[in-house]
Amino acid sequence: MRLHNLNRGFFHWLAVIAITLACISIEGEWKWLSEYPNAFIAPFSDWLNVIMDWTVNNCGSFFMGISWLLEWPIWAVQKVLNWLPWSVSVFLFSAVAYAASGWRLAIFTLSATIYMVVIGYWEESMNSLSLVAISVPLAILIGFVIGVWGFYSDRAERVIMPSLDLFQTVPAFAYLLPILLLFGFGTVVGLIASVLYSFPPMVRNTIIGLRSVAPEVIESGLMSGATPSQLFWQVRVPSCRRQILLGVNQATMASLSMVIIASIIGGTSDIGWEVLTTIRKAQFGESLLVGMVIALMAMIIDRITFGLAQRSGIYDPNQQGLFERYRLLLIAALGGAVLFVLAQIFSVLVDWPREMVWSPGRAMNDGLAYLIINYHAQIDAVKTFAFFYVMLPIKIGLQGAVSPFTWGFALTPYHKAIYTLAMAGFSLWLGLRGKNMAGVLVMLFAVFIYFGLTNIPWPCVILIYGVIGWKVGGRNLGLGTMLGFGFMAVTGNWAEAMLSIYLCGIAAIISFIFGTSVGIWAAHNDRVSAFVRPINDTMQTMPLFVILIPFVMVFKIGEFTGLLAIIAYAFVPAIRYAEHGLRNLPETVIEAANMMGATKNQLLWRVKIPLALPVMMLGLNQTIMYAIAMLVIAALVGTNGLEQIVYIGLSDGNFGIGIIAGLGMAIIAIIADRTTQAWSRTRREQLGLDASL
Amino acid sequence: MKTSVEDRKEIKLSCRNVWKVYGARPEGFFENGNGLVKDVSSHAEKLRENDHIVANADVTFDVHAGEIFVIMGLSGSGKSTIVRCLSRLVEPTAGEIILDGEDLLKKSDAELIDIRRHKMGMVFQSFGLMPHLNVIDNVAFPLKLQGKAENECYQQAKRVIELVELQGRENNYPKELSGGQQQRVGIARSLAVEPDIWFLDEPFSALDPLIRKQMQDEFLSIQLKLQKSIVFITHDFHEALRLADRMAIMRDGAIVQIGRPVDLILNPVDDYIREFTLDVPWETILTAADIAEPSDEPLAGLGSVSEDTLIEKLLYYLGDNDRGVIVHAKDGSVLGVATARGVVKALSAGSGPDTSSVKV
Repeated sequence: MRLHNLNRGFFHWLAVIAITLACISIEGEWKWLSEYPNAFIAPFSDWLNVIMDWTVNNCGSFFMGISWLLEWPIWAVQKVLNWLPWSVSVFLFSAVAYAASGWRLAIFTLSATIYMVVIGYWEESMNSLSLVAISVPLAILIGFVIGVWGFYSDRAERVIMPSLDLFQTVPAFAYLLPILLLFGFGTVVGLIASVLYSFPPMVRNTIIGLRSVAPEVIESGLMSGATPSQLFWQVRVPSCRRQILLGVNQATMASLSMVIIASIIGGTSDIGWEVLTTIRKAQFGESLLVGMVIALMAMIIDRITFGLAQRSGIYDPNQQGLFERYRLLLIAALGGAVLFVLAQIFSVLVDWPREMVWSPGRAMNDGLAYLIINYHAQIDAVKTFAFFYVMLPIKIGLQGAVSPFTWGFALTPYHKAIYTLAMAGFSLWLGLRGKNMAGVLVMLFAVFIYFGLTNIPWPCVILIYGVIGWKVGGRNLGLGTMLGFGFMAVTGNWAEAMLSIYLCGIAAIISFIFGTSVGIWAAHNDRVSAFVRPINDTMQTMPLFVILIPFVMVFKIGEFTGLLAIIAYAFVPAIRYAEHGLRNLPETVIEAANMMGATKNQLLWRVKIPLALPVMMLGLNQTIMYAIAMLVIAALVGTNGLEQIVYIGLSDGNFGIGIIAGLGMAIIAIIADRTTQAWSRTRREQLGLDASL
Repeated sequence: MKTSVEDRKEIKLSCRNVWKVYGARPEGFFENGNGLVKDVSSHAEKLRENDHIVANADVTFDVHAGEIFVIMGLSGSGKSTIVRCLSRLVEPTAGEIILDGEDLLKKSDAELIDIRRHKMGMVFQSFGLMPHLNVIDNVAFPLKLQGKAENECYQQAKRVIELVELQGRENNYPKELSGGQQQRVGIARSLAVEPDIWFLDEPFSALDPLIRKQMQDEFLSIQLKLQKSIVFITHDFHEALRLADRMAIMRDGAIVQIGRPVDLILNPVDDYIREFTLDVPWETILTAADIAEPSDEPLAGLGSVSEDTLIEKLLYYLGDNDRGVIVHAKDGSVLGVATARGVVKALSAGSGPDTSSVKV
């Protein structure tokens, strides 16, 4: 090795690897290395349960009062939406869509709402909508107020930001139960859960928006003689209207996805509940059809709020008459009234008759059954291949995964020697070429793959992740990472945490590689880009549950299904960021490389990708976040990690274990987030690219 | 030298010993609050030694009614800060700002808002347009803030839009306009309230050179119509020369020299100012009056010119006539004689007394 290239970081890593190998070799002697001793598990969850019981017993009536207050508006909206004949509502929704964005959206809205009627889920759809109709304004209001507070007070912001991280990363299943215990059974639980989950993006966008207003715009407002309140409402807020409306949009999407998750506790006849019951009854065709309702609802609301964000007033020197101004409103009111009268005559326009309900659900089930019976072998082959050659080696390592039953041969000392020599040789070769860090990575990877994530002694895992955090983001991140992992060990969730990391990790890596490749392709080919974009948009507005359904249909319950569902959801940001990063490189650098005579390949690998890598890393960051979000839902198809404990906590009514496991997931998410962010930031600074992205 | 016409005019805005200091506790260095200190440079030094940033040090000048007063300085010289002190966008640390005989710094927030609504207009370097409003709403914005009737706002807005020749663009949004057009909107907006005093903070610096020249011409013609009292900030010495009735040059937060552009060219107080004047096309700035000298010799047989004739126009005549040309004031009186020697002397003021290359 070139000795002058060796820095202290390199020796730190060698030491870490040596310690890991040493720990593995003496694992047999010291049992506590392989398994965190039970005696040292702190019963946090029991303490939390005691606190919860006390709160419910002593402050219960207070929360019940809030619950009662919130029940009213939902009830009222629900009554109105159910009272209106479907024909009137469909017309009005389409009119709103037209006003927001034009004919195309109006037609889309019309077809989508009629779909809800025809498949016979109109009432359930309206029940879900009424919950959203209350939760979204509430979340927006709370988010806006907190955002403004955070904007004006630095001290408030320092408290708000980390709390937002927690609200967005602690899985919803974990806080459904405490809400249920405090606020009682009913729609209010869904409301509160969805508000809690959907206000953070509003806060973030409000703060970012208010910050982004150019100082000269503020000054020109002041020089125009704006009072403080005029300055806020007529200068600051409208100047960042787009950003704030983006927050509204994100809050709406989050709220919709939460409405489904919240219905897992039942008690309401809404869409979420229908999705769940049909899944439980293995009526996958029906569940997909119903799930589509939520997806369509999400798309419509998304496009409408987006359309409103783009709209702007037109000045007409010839003052418009009253009729012109309110033309659309008049037409909508008139049309609604006419349809209402018609509905009194033709009852079809009020209640869609049961015999006219058209549902291909049964046919879909039959088709699926046919598919599964006839392609049984192929489906199983895919499953087995992935399980034996990808999932098992990472989970329990080559030493456990390779056996005559799985790989067709047993691991002999001969194989082991070859593996060790090959890996050592490879990393030595990298080291000789001056790429010390790459060599270290190969060594770490070799150890991981051989022994498996779940078999590496827990102190070593804490050490490795801690050192990664330290190297990437400085001492605080390193310490934080160690404490976070320590929390998992101390609360007795170590094994499950590793399973979560394992599943999420594979999914994130596959999604990242797959998504980035597609993104690179899309960045160089406009047609691919145009093709991929609507798919991305749809996947992102699709509620998590619905994504799960097709995979359960084909591959049944199990870890592999969970993995596929996570990948399906998490590859989207990887595509987006890769394309964005590559398409927004400084033009001069590309030109310079072309002038030096770089070939297409050289340009891509030597210039574009290294420069776009920081942005791609943000894509990895988002991929991991998405993967963790989906992992929670994947608990429903029987995965074994922390997410399963959260789910069990909810179904057993054990507040403590649910919230502790939920916190564990939040910790994993936050550590992954901070590490990738820190890496991307330092790299951008080194490259002199815009660090504010 | 002639006496400046502007000196006789009333003073509109007056800036007296204004200091702006950023830091932990700048007020402590100005106990009486009026900014009067014995030795400006040593006081500024003391502030800097105590980890304070001195943005403006003892800035004093007057702006007369109807004149264009240009403040010129390189970036970091404190010119943007001083114009913000004048409008109290930045609160001065010490000193007085007197607008129409009243101390602006003593005004309450409500009074200040009222003054800004009716007396002040400001144009910004990067335009500062409201991105969410179209052209006419941007221009009508200050009027609407005053709570005027919508109709009235739009009529007034239309008038000033015509003044800056943007008619037909009323419905465009700022991002749909070119830089020059955006700044026209900024100018129209600042004029919508018919202000007495007009602040322009590097209004043309973000524009292309050609557009800049064109905007300067239009600015001058607008000023010819409106006769506002103007404080114009720029970092471009040539722009200052083109526009200024009087100008001040700033360095390190303090004013180095104040005067008519010609005074600065002919009598730079130090090398810093002289540096700027070096590449000035002096023949397009100096007039016959600037080089006219009293003459003892008989004036018979000499040609005559009016005092504001540019030297550029005299060069050929002076080349042929050693004795020079008679310079008349506007009232017909004789100011003196302009000679080729006078031209050479004025020119040499820019380069200083350097005779090293001459063998005697």
